[in-house]
Amino acid sequence: MTAAEVATPAGRGGLGAGLMRGIRAWGPPTLLLVGLLAVWEIAVRSFGIKQFILPRPLAIAETWVTYLPELYAAARYTFLEILAGLVIGATAGIVIGMVTARYRFMQDSLMPFAVAASSVPILAFAPIFNNWFGLDQQLSKAMVAAVLCFFPVMINTVRGLTNVDARALELLRSYAASEVAVFRKLRVPNSLPYVFTALRLAVTLATIGAVVGEYFAAPRSSLGQYIATYSAFLNFERSWAAIVFACIIGIGLYLIVAIAERIVMPWYDRQAEWR
Amino acid sequence: MTNETTQARPVVDIAGVSKVFDARGQRATRVEALVGIDLSIAAGEFVSLIGPSGCGKSTLLRLIGDLTPPTSGTITVNGKPAERARRDRDYGMVFQAPVLFDWRTVQGNVELPLEISGTSKAQRAERAKEHLRLVELSDFAGHYPWQLSGGMQQRVAIARALAVDPALLLMDEPFGALDEMTRERMNLELLKIWERTETTIVFVTHSIAEAVFLSTRVVVMSPRPGRISSIIDIDLPRERNVETRELEQYFHLVTAVREALRGDERSAGSTDGDDDDLAERRVAAEGLSG
Repeated sequence: MTAAEVATPAGRGGLGAGLMRGIRAWGPPTLLLVGLLAVWEIAVRSFGIKQFILPRPLAIAETWVTYLPELYAAARYTFLEILAGLVIGATAGIVIGMVTARYRFMQDSLMPFAVAASSVPILAFAPIFNNWFGLDQQLSKAMVAAVLCFFPVMINTVRGLTNVDARALELLRSYAASEVAVFRKLRVPNSLPYVFTALRLAVTLATIGAVVGEYFAAPRSSLGQYIATYSAFLNFERSWAAIVFACIIGIGLYLIVAIAERIVMPWYDRQAEWR
Repeated sequence: MTNETTQARPVVDIAGVSKVFDARGQRATRVEALVGIDLSIAAGEFVSLIGPSGCGKSTLLRLIGDLTPPTSGTITVNGKPAERARRDRDYGMVFQAPVLFDWRTVQGNVELPLEISGTSKAQRAERAKEHLRLVELSDFAGHYPWQLSGGMQQRVAIARALAVDPALLLMDEPFGALDEMTRERMNLELLKIWERTETTIVFVTHSIAEAVFLSTRVVVMSPRPGRISSIIDIDLPRERNVETRELEQYFHLVTAVREALRGDERSAGSTDGDDDDLAERRVAAEGLSG
């Protein structure tokens, strides 16, 4: 029995156990990241790789700190585009997805186009969007991001609302449930995992859409232009420093969606753990 | 209507019912699932429908519950057309799978039909608690369905069906997916619930032992076309327990049901021999082991 007691020190609840779990979850990836950065730093130094080909991580960090105020201003500008794009694209996707799921003929006519459109390189339209919504306007980049987000969110909303267990529908029929009740009590909760999967994808797409949209035309103080301009001047450390900011935004938004998912669907994640 | 007729009125009355599955009028896919069904079920009865796959026993249950309309004939539940009865929420339904909602706790699942019928929040919670106690799952009210075993999930489904205090409980092979030991325990629990709630139960099964043990009447059905081939009264003492399965009378009744089913097998086997025979043999074999 002593062996079993020794084997389960983390089995006890409380702060210590929580800390242990945290370390176990975050420890390995953190170590890997630090290790990779170290290898990068050492490789660049020992092989004498030119800074304009691949700057050292420490040099990038230095640049990041030095130019923090202007990088921050550029990141703020781009972040607003991403956020606006996300809100517009995801809201439109959910609303139109809901309407589409409601009517059979809309599913039959719209879904093939939506699926086809989601495999079109929408980013190719970025210069055209710049032309439509203003070269130096945040709106044009937000619209690229919105269109990129729209299709996966819309498609998954339709799938989540329509892909319901036939037996559950029958059960609700036996309760003489109204269509509104079926929608609220079955279709909406059923769709949440689908919608959140799409939102995780959407934050990544919105970030890509806004930054790449800025490559074509945007004010100096935007991440896309910052990266493009300093790359043109062969000052790659500053480009890399801006890329780090873009990564922070992308990862940050992703984490927010992941946390929201846990709050909205407390049953879901744990269910995956149990199976 | 006078008082006497109200009392004598059956809970379920099926008259001249047939059901044809006809995929968009194509002759080739026309299946006569049920023909000439007449059956009357009185209040407080426990009636089992038994028969091989394809005999239409589940279809008959679904017709009673108005989950599918009959092709001809009339179905009266609680003295009104089946559709009205469904709209009035006169029955509870339990399927072979528990069909619980993953996003609701056990308590939330039991409250679901009450929510839909517009019961107040306080009353909902109280009734759910009461019925969870009935199926002995009070300690699991806050759990999610996937945290429970198959037998427990099915008990939640039973509590959910009973939560609206239905006059009629329709059960479609509710214990079909459970192992033999769990099934026997669930049979006893169901009988206890039946005693306490005094509800009328229509129960679809393919287990002879289960049908005889539970029922007041066993309706034996046969396939192609689906019809009632015989009805066997189960005159075992109403109070049933583990010893019931060892009574001589119980063996006689099991044999009677088995022979009624065998008779069908012979007649079905002589007309043609498709894969449905396999299911029929399975039923017969199960009878021998049970």
